Amino acid sequence: MKRNLGDIIFKILAVLSSLALISLVLFLFVELVIYSVPSIKKFGIKFLVEKIWDPVAEKYGALPAIYGTLVTSFFALLIAFPLSIGIAIFISELSPPLLQRPLSFIIELLGAIPSLIYGMWGLFSLAPLIQLKVGPFLQRILGFLPLFQGYPIGVGYLTASIVLSIMIIPTISSLSREILMAVPKDQREAGYALGMTKWEVIWRVVLGNAKSGIFAAGMLGLGRALGEAVAVTMVIGNFYDISISLFSPGVTITSVIINEFAEATGQLKISVLMELALILFIITFFVMGFARYYILKRIEGR
Amino acid sequence: MSYKRRKAINKVMIFISILTFLIGAFFLFWILGDIFLKGIRHINLRMFVELPKPPGVPGGGIGNALVGTLILTILASIIGIPIGIMVGVYVNEYGRGKLAWWTKFLSEVLTSFPTIIIGVFVYLIVVVPMKSFSALAGGIALGIIMLPIIAKSADESIKMVPNSLREAAYALGVPKWRTILKVVIPSASSGIITGIMIAIARVMGETAPLLFTSLNNVYWSLSLTKPIGSLTVTIFNYATSPYDDWRNMAYASALVLVFLILILNIIARIYGGRKK
Repeated sequence: MKRNLGDIIFKILAVLSSLALISLVLFLFVELVIYSVPSIKKFGIKFLVEKIWDPVAEKYGALPAIYGTLVTSFFALLIAFPLSIGIAIFISELSPPLLQRPLSFIIELLGAIPSLIYGMWGLFSLAPLIQLKVGPFLQRILGFLPLFQGYPIGVGYLTASIVLSIMIIPTISSLSREILMAVPKDQREAGYALGMTKWEVIWRVVLGNAKSGIFAAGMLGLGRALGEAVAVTMVIGNFYDISISLFSPGVTITSVIINEFAEATGQLKISVLMELALILFIITFFVMGFARYYILKRIEGR
Repeated sequence: MSYKRRKAINKVMIFISILTFLIGAFFLFWILGDIFLKGIRHINLRMFVELPKPPGVPGGGIGNALVGTLILTILASIIGIPIGIMVGVYVNEYGRGKLAWWTKFLSEVLTSFPTIIIGVFVYLIVVVPMKSFSALAGGIALGIIMLPIIAKSADESIKMVPNSLREAAYALGVPKWRTILKVVIPSASSGIITGIMIAIARVMGETAPLLFTSLNNVYWSLSLTKPIGSLTVTIFNYATSPYDDWRNMAYASALVLVFLILILNIIARIYGGRKK
């Protein structure tokens, strides 16, 4: 009897821990919704499409923040995705087995560096370089595109995208590497037996096999970029507007929350910031949820 | 396509792949080298025990921030470690159905969820009712961030424990909960400890959630109900300030932070790799 009691208590503790984790996510969502209500009531759907930020007149619109978040994350993914796949291929297919662990550790260390450090590096080392070298160079060769017009001031969408891209490389590459390594060896050998070159085996056989998993890894990287806060806040420039040019300063959802929070005194402004957090929650939850669901279902077979 | 051309493409693509790795490694060394070179010049022993000084006043340090980060990390561990391990136990030893699946799924989602949202959430449920920023709120936020990381490492290492060990314990008449506590968790301990070290390194570097919870405090503080300084928030404030003194201090402190985090990661890697 005593033995049973211990089992029951222990099982209850385990179940409660799981329920705590699940209810945490639900509770998080509910709290954000409740606090967003004043803002949702006042601005309605217009909140999503207007670009005004006027605390004095108490008029707010989230479009520049949503735009900034999407644009920086998109370009970050555009840079990081091919790089990460290349890194994954190098580590899993080309490097000697003995070196695989240390090499992947080097890339994983990129993921261990705090975002604050990325922010400092981006602000004091990368931004001046963008302003003086990279910006003018891009203008010279791609200046005909609206993306690269205007005057590079250092901070802005481009700098934020580059910083983000480096931050998400470890996320994408380590998952891709695991997926590549899970491709069965006989498939590669079958490719070689057909007379394929090494690259043809990698490209057609290995990557062909791992396509969907690598796609999920990309989504995961995108999710991380969308929610990145401190590093982006330090390099985005914090200018509440929308601009096509990547050289322009802008804002993201996270940078607005961080910068405006300290000065948020009124109920309405807090509510506006909570609605921004809610929007970020919904976007990232879907991106992450999709990626994780895919990985759990297809790859781990659960 | 001729054989020559295929060979050439092969060479070029392999070269590009090696290049991508070098680019990644280059950025790692650039960022670390940058912090090291700019930080090492301003580091001194006094900064570890002194309080921050106003800009223009020489000296000053991050003593209170180091203590604050330590307290916040301990609070986070108290919350995150036991619950995280129990989640790992649940999904392996008890969970079969929907609850286990949802636990795993949401834990995965939470692992890479924006930490700023967790900060805002703790602000709403702790700071607003208590009417004050506090070390406790900061610890809770970091604990929530730790939870899924510990849960994942516990899950993965408990999964590796062979069933024969459990069966041996059952055969001796040991009840299930004693088996888990005395056989399963100890066998999985190296993986769990690695996970704990990674999780601690991760929360030590978090800034965004602390801006909404523990805020900052430029004095010594051990109180759980008052705002508390932390390494990351101090660095953030210094780095974004217009004063050269403070920026230099930001680099010196950043070097300390990066050093601590890298050491934890390297120890975790060596410790985790040793038993495999």
